[in-house]
Amino acid sequence: MKKTDTDNYQHFLNVVDCQQACPAHTPVPEYIRLIAEKRYTEAYLVNWESNVFPGILGRVCDRPCEPACRRARVEETPVAICRLKRVAADNKDDISAFLPKIPHKKNGKRIALIGAGPASMTVARDLLPLGYDVVMFERDAKAGGMMRSQIPAFRLPETVLDEELNYIINMGLECHFGEEITSLDKLLQANFDAIFVGTGAPNGRWLKIPGHDQLDCNATHPQIDTGINWLAKVSFEHLKYEDENPAPKRVVVLGGGNTAMDCCRTAKRLGAEEVTVLVRSSFAAMKASPWEKEDAAAEGITIMPNYNPLEYKIENGQLVAVLFEQVESVYDKAGNRSLQATGETLLVECDQVLVAVGQDTAFEWIERDIGIKFNQWGNPKVKSQSLQSSLPDVFFGGDAAFGPKNIISAVANGHQVAISIDLYCQNADPIEDRSDTSFNLVSQKMGIHEWSYQSGIDHQVRNLVPHISWDEAVKTLSAEVELGFDEKLALAEASRCLNCDVHTVFTESTCIECSACEDVCPMDCINFVEEQVDDEQMVKQFHVPELNEEQSLLVSAPLRTGHIMVKDEDVCLHCGLCAERCPTGAWDMKKLTINHINATIK
Amino acid sequence: MSFIKSTFRHPRLPVNDLGLTYRDYEGALSTLCAGCGHDSITSAIIQACHELSIQPSEVAKLSGIGCSSKAPNYFLNKAHGFNSVHGRMPSVATGANLANQDLLYLAMSGDGDSASIGFGQFAHVVRRQLNMVYMVANNGVYGLTKGQLAATADKGVKNKAGDLSLFTDIDLCVMALQLGASFVARSFSGDKQQLVPLLKAAMSHKGFAFIDIVSPCVTFNNHSGSTRSYDYVHDHITTAAVTDFVPVKKEITSSCDSGESEDVCLHDGSIMRIKKLQTDYDCSNASQAIVDIEKHKKAGDILTGLFYLEPTASDFHEINDTNDMPLNKLTQDSLCPGSRVLTGINDSFR
Repeated sequence: MKKTDTDNYQHFLNVVDCQQACPAHTPVPEYIRLIAEKRYTEAYLVNWESNVFPGILGRVCDRPCEPACRRARVEETPVAICRLKRVAADNKDDISAFLPKIPHKKNGKRIALIGAGPASMTVARDLLPLGYDVVMFERDAKAGGMMRSQIPAFRLPETVLDEELNYIINMGLECHFGEEITSLDKLLQANFDAIFVGTGAPNGRWLKIPGHDQLDCNATHPQIDTGINWLAKVSFEHLKYEDENPAPKRVVVLGGGNTAMDCCRTAKRLGAEEVTVLVRSSFAAMKASPWEKEDAAAEGITIMPNYNPLEYKIENGQLVAVLFEQVESVYDKAGNRSLQATGETLLVECDQVLVAVGQDTAFEWIERDIGIKFNQWGNPKVKSQSLQSSLPDVFFGGDAAFGPKNIISAVANGHQVAISIDLYCQNADPIEDRSDTSFNLVSQKMGIHEWSYQSGIDHQVRNLVPHISWDEAVKTLSAEVELGFDEKLALAEASRCLNCDVHTVFTESTCIECSACEDVCPMDCINFVEEQVDDEQMVKQFHVPELNEEQSLLVSAPLRTGHIMVKDEDVCLHCGLCAERCPTGAWDMKKLTINHINATIK
Repeated sequence: MSFIKSTFRHPRLPVNDLGLTYRDYEGALSTLCAGCGHDSITSAIIQACHELSIQPSEVAKLSGIGCSSKAPNYFLNKAHGFNSVHGRMPSVATGANLANQDLLYLAMSGDGDSASIGFGQFAHVVRRQLNMVYMVANNGVYGLTKGQLAATADKGVKNKAGDLSLFTDIDLCVMALQLGASFVARSFSGDKQQLVPLLKAAMSHKGFAFIDIVSPCVTFNNHSGSTRSYDYVHDHITTAAVTDFVPVKKEITSSCDSGESEDVCLHDGSIMRIKKLQTDYDCSNASQAIVDIEKHKKAGDILTGLFYLEPTASDFHEINDTNDMPLNKLTQDSLCPGSRVLTGINDSFR
């Protein structure tokens, strides 16, 4: 086995599963520890530095961190990381004094941002403190992009959205709202030093099944609409139902993603009595986050998996029903799904159908002869690390670069682009000259049995977030459903964190091979084994040879007897017993700090 | 502060025939010094008991006084236990064994407890062939009283305070061999690959099984002049034969290559597989073993491994022809012959 490279942060970052899983590499254990100490403002700032929108993401993040959480591997449920982020945002004091100072003297470089979604706003936030003049063009009347237009207020209140966007706007961002860029070529003539395209994936997909062409998609109160279009109309109050124009009573939502969930819950709030979500996939394979499905079901929405729409039934020019066939998901050996009809059909009567089956990027406004190359899916070709397009001064990020993903990925892209633009404007190469970050591992030892963090680990069930009553919830469009953790729940939940960023660091030269650490480790992570050519033979000597392939091993150099120490990082509790039991200090618990988190996004 | 070991366990931990993981064989969290060899012995005992699927409630742990004698608190917390007076553990063990021969007797002692204050008790329990596993955690010093030289310290070594060992050392393995123990071995706390099979064989052996375990005192005898430090032992350990234990129910698979090895069948049908590393090795010859031990000691080496094994030796109960039924299970009906028999006995004296 090859000795682990401990001169680099990568092994250590991999061990902090939540941080590694977060596209923006937010230092999760660090801010959870701050919450546990009731230092909410600092916890917020740790978040703000890396993910820019803690209050927003604390409510509507896709939470890639939670499935990665180590607690889910040693217990059943992960730490409620996302909802703890909200705790920091809800309880912080005024943070304005801690925000970066914007230089009065600018560096003379002008950057244009197209779109005001999470990716663009992140680029602005990163570049404004460096002295750039940043000019933003947004077709809507307010900033936020899909965060505002597609996420309903009952999940994300407008006040939260405005607050976090204003932190950036108030840094001196030059905003042009209601100004849609219709020609990139024209913008290229406008003497910007670099242009960032963060226009998202604004086109909802239609289902062109029989009946579609007979329906008017552009009516004031359409019977058919794409999910994102319709959500945007509701959000900007372009769509209003009054007594003479009552809201549809029976609504069918097609699709199984989070947009579908937002559509069905919004329809219910607008006054629909019968809302049914029909999706081709199985319930488990639906793209919507599990908690979104749960909340929709709790609000009385029927979710019917395994139904494929065949036809919109029209009578007298009015939509009256949608015909479905029942299907089964069949997976081949490679895991590819195919749908097989069971022969059963189903007719669902309805007054409105909302199509939430996907969305696409839209680049009609980019002239094809100006040097920007596109791939087979119609997305721009960008270099994966710098996100620079084939036109050197144009950069893409967020959904505009890779198709629909999520907010936190867009933020991560924003950071990447900001670094690239900064390098590009200094005539440096955005990839070649990209510097990596320095890092530090600092001992957390306070005494013989004392650590600067809560090292004792016990079984604790995940705390549930309180919410307003489901009956209340469906009555108003804007009342936030989730109430967030109160302090007691927050502290209880924070104490479930395993502090994975406090690493077990091993020093070969001081180890006397007494095996004390190996014996005391409650999770059998530590193995002292004879070195062999065949890795498999070495793994057979482990206490638990059945490894989790996704997790890394910490491999030492040969020790005095020729044996090597191999620590399986998979289920380490970071309890520090190995370091407490080590008579020579060969083990120590050291906290990883990465000085420039954004540089680790690759 | 973490004086508590988490109750979390590895999700893929193997279970034995009783459905228990090794964590079910643990005891309290050790209060010995960090890095103490005794903790490794504890861990080896836990592993051996788990792998043999021993029911913890069918074990009696016995000890005297000393760091070593604290150790039984750290394993098998569901077993019976008796922490006796200094050096008097053999007597207590004898009494317990007399009353209930069905238990597995695991005794932990140290160099002070067995080679000094309890030397006489040690000698006699060997002679008695009591069916037990007698382990000595041998670190050459009295760790509990801050590192005075023990009777097992090699002549001529210095302790941490600089005192010289003036007298001939006692080798407990040699003593056990001379006094007729039917299983004698020496091992090192830092070598579980050797120690665990030896422990398993000793637990399966019927008769007096003695294992002297070199167990460095990390606080008082881990300095450069010591012959019981981790570094010294790592550098001077030598072994005459590699042994592996093959339990009764398992198909015979062994880390030793069967081609060059010798199998010794133990009382319960399990097998001790022995692979010679030194040509003059013979585990059936006690006097040869004594010569080997002395020879290596002269050369400055610590000879470890199985020295002597007599699988068919008689134990205390056989020698004394006692009941098969443990005495503590005999009811009044079988113990009290009744007034008719008593009258007959009394009449015979009239």
